[in-house]
Amino acid sequence: MPLILDHVSQVYNPDTETPVRALDDVSLVLPEGQFIGIIGHTGSGKSTLVQHLNGLMMPTEGNVYYNGKDIADKDFNKKELRKHVGLVFQYPEHQLFETDVFADVCFGPKNMGLTKKEAELAAFDALRKVDFPNDLYYASVFELSGGQKRRAAIAGVLAMKPDFLVLDEPTAGLDPVGRYEILDMVSALHKESGMTIILVSHSMEDVAKYVERVIVMDRGKVAYDDTPREVFTHGEELEAMGLGIPESTRIARMLKDKGINVDPDVLTVTEAADSIYAAVTGNNK
Amino acid sequence: MIRDITIGQYYQTESPVHRLDPRVKLLGTLLFIITLFLYKNPAGYALGIVFLLAVIKTSRVPIRFITKGLKGILVVLLLTVIINLFLTPGTELVSFWKFTITYEGIGVALTMLFRLTMLIMGSSIVTLTTTPNNLTDGLEKGLGFLKIFRGPVGDVAMMMSIALRFIPILMEETDRIMKAQLARGADFESGNIVKKAKALVPVLVPLFVSAFRRAGDLAMAMEARCYRGGDGRTKMKPLIYKKRDAIAYIILFSFVILSVWIGRWQVISEFFNSLYLRFILK
Amino acid sequence: MDIVKAENVVFEYIRRDEEGNPTDVTTALDHVSIDVRQGEFIGILGHNGSGKSTFAKHLNAILYPTEGTIYVGGMNTKDDDKLWDVRSCAGMVFQNPDNQIIGQVVEEDVGFGPENLGVPTKEIWERVEESLRAVGMLEYRKKSPNKLSGGQKQRVSIAGVLAMHPKCIVLDEPTAMLDPSGRKEVVRAIRGLNDVEKMTVILITHYMDEVVHADRIFVMDKGRVVMQGTPKEVFSDVPTLEKLRLDVPGPTRIAWELKKKGLPLPDGILTAEELVKEIEKCR
Repeated sequence: MPLILDHVSQVYNPDTETPVRALDDVSLVLPEGQFIGIIGHTGSGKSTLVQHLNGLMMPTEGNVYYNGKDIADKDFNKKELRKHVGLVFQYPEHQLFETDVFADVCFGPKNMGLTKKEAELAAFDALRKVDFPNDLYYASVFELSGGQKRRAAIAGVLAMKPDFLVLDEPTAGLDPVGRYEILDMVSALHKESGMTIILVSHSMEDVAKYVERVIVMDRGKVAYDDTPREVFTHGEELEAMGLGIPESTRIARMLKDKGINVDPDVLTVTEAADSIYAAVTGNNK
Repeated sequence: MIRDITIGQYYQTESPVHRLDPRVKLLGTLLFIITLFLYKNPAGYALGIVFLLAVIKTSRVPIRFITKGLKGILVVLLLTVIINLFLTPGTELVSFWKFTITYEGIGVALTMLFRLTMLIMGSSIVTLTTTPNNLTDGLEKGLGFLKIFRGPVGDVAMMMSIALRFIPILMEETDRIMKAQLARGADFESGNIVKKAKALVPVLVPLFVSAFRRAGDLAMAMEARCYRGGDGRTKMKPLIYKKRDAIAYIILFSFVILSVWIGRWQVISEFFNSLYLRFILK
Repeated sequence: MDIVKAENVVFEYIRRDEEGNPTDVTTALDHVSIDVRQGEFIGILGHNGSGKSTFAKHLNAILYPTEGTIYVGGMNTKDDDKLWDVRSCAGMVFQNPDNQIIGQVVEEDVGFGPENLGVPTKEIWERVEESLRAVGMLEYRKKSPNKLSGGQKQRVSIAGVLAMHPKCIVLDEPTAMLDPSGRKEVVRAIRGLNDVEKMTVILITHYMDEVVHADRIFVMDKGRVVMQGTPKEVFSDVPTLEKLRLDVPGPTRIAWELKKKGLPLPDGILTAEELVKEIEKCR
């Protein structure tokens, strides 16, 4: 069931002299099965946008449709929507509250009206999917490392078996290895379950490597909505939005400008190294 | 909703009220609240309202910003009105089932509503126009006499100032935690009061954890910046009375005298009234 | 003169069970020796849990070594009489900007440190102004910290420490909670302090690109200093850095990959500009 945003705007303080258009006429179709990145710097509206996807915020103008129904309708079941569109916020500490990890992951499915048994099965399944260490299932949530907390928080939402999984800055505050571990896990989740994953990030490097579609937010508007390669052709515009392009891409472009025949659309370190090597040795021949 | 509470917030702008010495504002609020209980006739109310509006106008804080603060305590206000409306004995106006509304009840309810509203608005002016640091400086100096009794005035003042700084941060955090739990299907609205209270546990636990962590961090940061209690500290902005403070005091005391004068008739007549009643009852 | 001199510092956490009996000893610092000279820019790198923040807390006498000694400005941090001198000598900036700003107006926060030191009023104002100017936040002096971005808040925190006129400033992961533009502005401010004000800077971070301009780098892992030297020396060993869970800068990694393939690139390439120049030479 796709999520459709139809000319959605969100205006704070509409009656004052300084209304803030946190979202400005955003129209998007988010079909099932995609791996989408939403990028924008702080204040670009990306966090506001994702809160519209599960009805935590309602648009002040325009409509959000899930499964063909307007989520603003009186008889629309928002709790049901939140089951289908799982949203994990940036700070796992904001969501973990039970005495142990397992009980915490059960919270969501229990709220969905599952029996204790069903909820526990769903929790086990979710913890397994996020590769949570077996020996820590009954550990206190305060003893976990940053990456483990993140996994527990994601499992807590995954246990509701959503069709959409929205992750708001899931790698903030993690070290590089922890970052890639989480992103690899999310990517595997996408491949195995086929659920739509929406990754909110301010890091181009993270997004470029994993997603198939990038939505760039700038001052409340959708600036670009395309494949990463296509979006990164707008290097200068992205720079102006405070975003920039992946460093590998930037280096490839710099070399290209110097007349070295490097593929200017590379995204990762490995791609860049391969292309540079081919170009340089090719030139030598 | 949670952001509507404006008590304890500072509204940044330039105004004569902002520039006043906090001691003037604190004493002013105290006297203003006392005067609210002095008068019991429309002339007194009018005087109070005019004075408050004049202060608000001079402070350049939008009046909507101040009335917004009332929303937060709407329940308290309504409760006070209802209790007074139904539980004041006197001449019956209407009566249904077990409830009776009396003329006196309406009078008392309106008086209480007026006093509470004015009280909240009056005291929020102080916090809106005074930075917490300034406010605590004012308290520290104003209550300095307690030091003779070894009262830890400086430390208490610092605690208050920090509490005030963290109120908006913790409120925003509460908002975020509630959203995170809503996204997991938490329900804060339906059910009876026990169920609602239970539903708050997933919010309160992360909130407390975070508050304690913040407190620990903050204590460390303060120590790292050589905070060691109030002794030996100097002030970046020491409190010195200026000419405008003298003028404010004059205005303030004129208002108090006027209030006493207006209120006096009522107080005196009530005094006689009560004597008279007692005499009759005897 | 050495501003900081840590000699064989060991720090152990003792975990206790409910009755207070020790159950476990964690060695957070394991014979760490680091010396910092006046005017240097020192980077201390390490992933979360490597002991780098524990070390930072020793410089400010928040923690004391179990074994070994630390001298800050020539004073032993264990010397109780010198506690406040140590703390005003090595100023400290922490990770979370919200949890270290005390004032509700920017300038009042910057004045907090000098107030505690008993600096006369007139001088506090001068210090506040010069410190805010040094981090480029002077125009925000009357603002509420809650209205600032993360990067701006961290710059205010830095100004708050500067106003205490420390001999050196220790920054404990000041950018960990910031977005890329916030990180850039804070790192720029820190470099400015070192370049222009000649302030001794100890920057603790897990982002390697923040310390490419440092004079010397110490890499920590499991409580030990495992690598040290100039950025070029340290960054030329990419496999070790990756094993230590550090974020090796993109250009350095590409250079490493190319070298592995056989391109004759020099060691320790740190920036994109350097890399491009060297690749051009290979043609």
